Amino acid sequence: MNRPETSALVQLTLWRLREFTREPEALFWVFAFPILLALALGIAFKGRGPEVVRVAVEAGPGAEALAQSLNADGRIEAAIVDSAEAHSRLRTGRVALVVGAGDPLVLRFDTTRVESDIARLVVVNAVQESAGRRDVAVIRDVRVTEPGARYIDFLIPGLIGLNIMGTGMWGIGFGIVKARNDRLLKRLLASPMRKSEFMLSFMLSRLIFLGFEVGAVLLFGLLMFGVPIRGSILAIAAIVVIGAMTFSGVGLLVASRARTIEGVSGLMNFVMVPMWIFSGVFFAYSHFPDGMQPVIRLLPLTALNDALRAVQLDGVALAATAGPIALLVAWGALSFVVALKVFRWQ
Amino acid sequence: MPEAAIKCRELVKRYGDLTAVAGIDLDVRRGECFGMLGPNGAGKTTTIEILQGLREPDGGEVEVLGLTWDRHEGELRQRMGTQLQETKLPEKLKVEEVVRLFRSFYRRGRSVDEVLALVALEEKRTAWVGKLSGGQRQRLAVACALVCDPDLLFLDEPTTGLDPQSRRQLWGVIEEFRRRGGTVLLTTHYMEEAERLCDRVAVVDHGEIIALGSPRELIASLGAEHVVEFALEQGEAPPDDVLAALPGVEHVARENGTTHLTVSRVHQVIPALMRLLSERGASLSELTTHHASLEDVFLNLTGRHMRDE
Repeated sequence: MNRPETSALVQLTLWRLREFTREPEALFWVFAFPILLALALGIAFKGRGPEVVRVAVEAGPGAEALAQSLNADGRIEAAIVDSAEAHSRLRTGRVALVVGAGDPLVLRFDTTRVESDIARLVVVNAVQESAGRRDVAVIRDVRVTEPGARYIDFLIPGLIGLNIMGTGMWGIGFGIVKARNDRLLKRLLASPMRKSEFMLSFMLSRLIFLGFEVGAVLLFGLLMFGVPIRGSILAIAAIVVIGAMTFSGVGLLVASRARTIEGVSGLMNFVMVPMWIFSGVFFAYSHFPDGMQPVIRLLPLTALNDALRAVQLDGVALAATAGPIALLVAWGALSFVVALKVFRWQ
Repeated sequence: MPEAAIKCRELVKRYGDLTAVAGIDLDVRRGECFGMLGPNGAGKTTTIEILQGLREPDGGEVEVLGLTWDRHEGELRQRMGTQLQETKLPEKLKVEEVVRLFRSFYRRGRSVDEVLALVALEEKRTAWVGKLSGGQRQRLAVACALVCDPDLLFLDEPTTGLDPQSRRQLWGVIEEFRRRGGTVLLTTHYMEEAERLCDRVAVVDHGEIIALGSPRELIASLGAEHVVEFALEQGEAPPDDVLAALPGVEHVARENGTTHLTVSRVHQVIPALMRLLSERGASLSELTTHHASLEDVFLNLTGRHMRDE
């Protein structure tokens, strides 16, 4: 190894690092943004014990008594309003269910809404109990909140995956397209610089920030919400590095021919937005139809998120994530090779 | 040194229907400053980029420093310095960081301090590139070209868009490089630049060399040292043969209502011209004389000015 002064790889990597650290906006998006997102979502979905069920009772004969008996159940908050108002509240989601007093009792709700289904169960139970139903089986509730099973636990590994994808692709894509636009790539091509070192410098600079970037989110999850880290830190580090390399490759490919920042932004979004939705960042991809599952599993971000969750939440060994890791490596290697082949230097 | 610095034969480059370079032959000697002079779109940049191994020619042969791009790309890149048109160096880097970056690509070369001193940017060494003036940026670009202590320096319109003072400063840098024995190939559309810096000049138009020689030879080829230009307020300019018959007129050219006479003896031409015009009832709106320059060479050869400003 040469002295750092004279090593092209060191100087190229320093260039990348300086471009990044001298751009305050970039620092915000990479470090502050994921933490703010985790904070907001963590608070929004924080477990607060059993939810209170809000229902509207349509005004009319018997409404008063019905509302009273419903409110007697601690989980129900019933309000008497006229029929039009009740429907309006149901439509806008302010109540989960509308009850019409009478015989038979009428329950109106939207089956596509989870909270409506819950509200129906709770209301039916309360109505039957107050009408004198006898329970046949005896049940005792034990309430627990298990770290690792909450929404925030699901979210943190997803956000790490999302961040690795985003910073990898934007960092590399913008850097390359800007240099191409400024005719800098051409100027570099006229020098004896090795093309592979140029590409490598982008990846290396990513690795240097990766530790901070991922560490910040992991630590935040742990301290703020007690999100556990059950697997080994080394296994997580290995997955994170592989994921970052994969998305560096994909970023390189996306930026390999685009001439303008606008062009590359469009391409980036075209590649990333589907993965935001399908790859299990904010919600599990098992919600999508069975027919889509094989395709979803082939996406690199799905593989990264699966591997991260398996290690962080289930504490599995690195070897158990061999499948997703192999998929990541394949994506990364393939993108890198194709990118080098089709890369436009001028 | 036996071999030529640059030798090319029958160079051709086409872009679709457009032939940018239509069969150019060049021989640049070691240690000389060779200029390619021509208007925008003449094929200068395409030619210089082919010579630098940045574009593939569609036809012809290129030898640089006795080597070819096919077989000796690595070595050639080590030995040549480059300044390209329109390169924007990274704005967030400091001057010294940019030079150090470029220095790191080469096996041998000058130190960062030495190069910054050469282009008089020592005081700006810790300034961001984004904060530099146009002239300073251009000097930095030349510093990056000089950092490998090249045998051959390619400069593509190095002073375009610079103010006269920055231009002269950069000329000084190039002259200093030549004093150390370096070879320079530069393109320009500034006549004074070519006249001041270049040992020899190739005048390029429509992808071809239309004249070649030292600036002095080219100007002498006009056959006269002075140029008289006039435009008329009213009346019609006399026909070419009548003007050519005036005493001391060697050549007549016209452009946009202005008539250019290349003359050997101004003091004889002017009175004769005035008489001729008054006989024909024409009155002058403009009359100037100057020493013949490369601009007049181009005008004589093509009937156009080199810069359409």
